[in-house]
Amino acid sequence: MPPNQDLLFRSLADPTRRALFERLCREGSQTVGALTEGSGVSQPAVSKHLGVLKRAGLVAPTQDGRQTRYSARPAALAPLADWTREMQTFWEARFDALEDLMKRMDQ
Amino acid sequence: MIDTATATRTVTVERDLPHRPGKVWRALTESHLIGEWLMQTDFRPVEGHEFAFTAEWGTVKCRVVEVTPRAALTYSWDADELRSTVQWTLTEIPGGTRLRMEQTGFRSDQPMYYGGARQGWPRFLDALETVLAGME
Repeated sequence: MPPNQDLLFRSLADPTRRALFERLCREGSQTVGALTEGSGVSQPAVSKHLGVLKRAGLVAPTQDGRQTRYSARPAALAPLADWTREMQTFWEARFDALEDLMKRMDQ
Repeated sequence: MIDTATATRTVTVERDLPHRPGKVWRALTESHLIGEWLMQTDFRPVEGHEFAFTAEWGTVKCRVVEVTPRAALTYSWDADELRSTVQWTLTEIPGGTRLRMEQTGFRSDQPMYYGGARQGWPRFLDALETVLAGME
């Protein structure tokens, strides 16, 4: 498995990080302070979790004056759904090749 | 689609072919013919037979699950982290055969398999599906 996918899966395996990510998806970008409120964990813990999510490409920080805001990057989730898309494309192409073969078998 | 209880997913391809089921069956089960449209293989239509598909990009490990001549063929299909089953169904139709391929499985590296928080995943995967649908 590519290292970035491993990071992705590991980062989302933690319920606190998942809750932070889901909140950013639902509510849009937030500061670390706002995310800490209602998270049930300390601000340093939230910062640490955001760091893990950032390395996995799931969140991105932007500087807003003196504050850092984090926003969700849901496109980073694509590998979770990828195998069906890959296989759909694969099988469509294989069916094309099968039809070609069946025509050749007629001759 | 996603089965939220197990996070298994299914890929389906179905086509009507202007060929008799017997001929389609040959293309699905004779290894030299399979090699021409799918991948090189040591497949034999014997239940329990373990075989492999090989391509430039790697190997798929398989085991024959069900063989019903000219009607149904099922084998397991394991490639990297993917654990799946490929099920072929042949139905005679006027002028030919309806060929259906259904692949069902899951990736063993899906986060739910890291243990813990299993209850949270179905909801999350639902949300994920919505997000990905919106990206297209």
